[in-house]
Amino acid sequence: MKKLLIASLLAVTAGAWAQTTVKVEDAWVRGTVATQKASGAFMRLTPSANARLVAVESPVAGVVEIHEMAMENDVMKMRQIPGLDLAAGRTTELKPGGFHVMLMDLKQPLKGGESVPLTLVFEDATKQRFTQEVKAPVTALGGGNAPMPMKPGADMKPGMEHKH
Amino acid sequence: MPRRSRFAFLALQAPSRRRVNAWLAAAALGGLLAGCDQPLSGPPAAAFKGIDIAGAPYGRGFALTDFNGQSRTLADYSGRVVMLYFGFVQCPDVCPTALTRAAAVKQQLGADAAQLQVIFVTVDPERDTPELLRDYMAAFDPSFMALTGSPEQIKAVADEFRVYYKKVPTGSTYTMDHTALSYLFDREGHIRVVLRHEQTADDYTADIRQLLAEKPV
Repeated sequence: MKKLLIASLLAVTAGAWAQTTVKVEDAWVRGTVATQKASGAFMRLTPSANARLVAVESPVAGVVEIHEMAMENDVMKMRQIPGLDLAAGRTTELKPGGFHVMLMDLKQPLKGGESVPLTLVFEDATKQRFTQEVKAPVTALGGGNAPMPMKPGADMKPGMEHKH
Repeated sequence: MPRRSRFAFLALQAPSRRRVNAWLAAAALGGLLAGCDQPLSGPPAAAFKGIDIAGAPYGRGFALTDFNGQSRTLADYSGRVVMLYFGFVQCPDVCPTALTRAAAVKQQLGADAAQLQVIFVTVDPERDTPELLRDYMAAFDPSFMALTGSPEQIKAVADEFRVYYKKVPTGSTYTMDHTALSYLFDREGHIRVVLRHEQTADDYTADIRQLLAEKPV
């Protein structure tokens, strides 16, 4: 708790003069079969300061939206949300059963072992936008609800993490 | 209106033991009876992990078309335990999760796997073409069957199972809200158990094993 508090304080203080960054971990995309037009991307996001995920872009999809899934009386409901608030130093999970990045109007099938480039668009506390590139490995359809096992660092190259 | 006890509905409906059992199972699911593994009373009835709906006046069957264009009814799968699920292919989350779980259940069943028939009914017949359904099922398990039909046929089957589904516009396209329950039929084609999305493959396997252990037709 104390550690978290210090981390938060540091993050807030740092936010005043440094650029906000967001740590992206375990990103993965669910594979598709031929003629399937939609899929989901999942990941864990931890910002250095309060931030908001406001959009995602990807060359593999015509439309990308941020969605929230909820079960209400055993009915699955999925809705687009305008953005996802991320608290400083805390990890927000986009995972099956909760939030996901919805990839629609897919231009080609997504095969297991490939990776999908995603551009995450964030807003920092001052509403300034910044982006972060991620290469999310594709987990073959039927391969479960987990990211593909991969080599460390294979999804992000240094220097790709942050640009204003 | 005359005042009645809040439990008056029990007397009015004269519930069968089965129905009471179903409610108990539902309560157990809700965590009310969590940790209580002794049967409460009555005969050593099947204690399913899902909700026991034996004798329910719904979910009696279907008449649809499989992805090979062949007409199908529940009777075609007689002798096997059938697990039925409603969903759609452009679904990023619950449908693939449910099918991944169904594949895990088949693995857990081992030598008995062939005695389970998994059936997926699309609630999005416009976009889920037979070819797409065939490819999609094959990605999970080559034995999984998917059924489709005209929008009217799908509506009739969904109504029969009290399944809710609705098109929801999003951006330039649409997604589907839908009931995410799995229905189990015994080897004789009677609806028996409903399992919820939150339940584990172990729960599903246990209930299917229990139905398989009943005397074959």
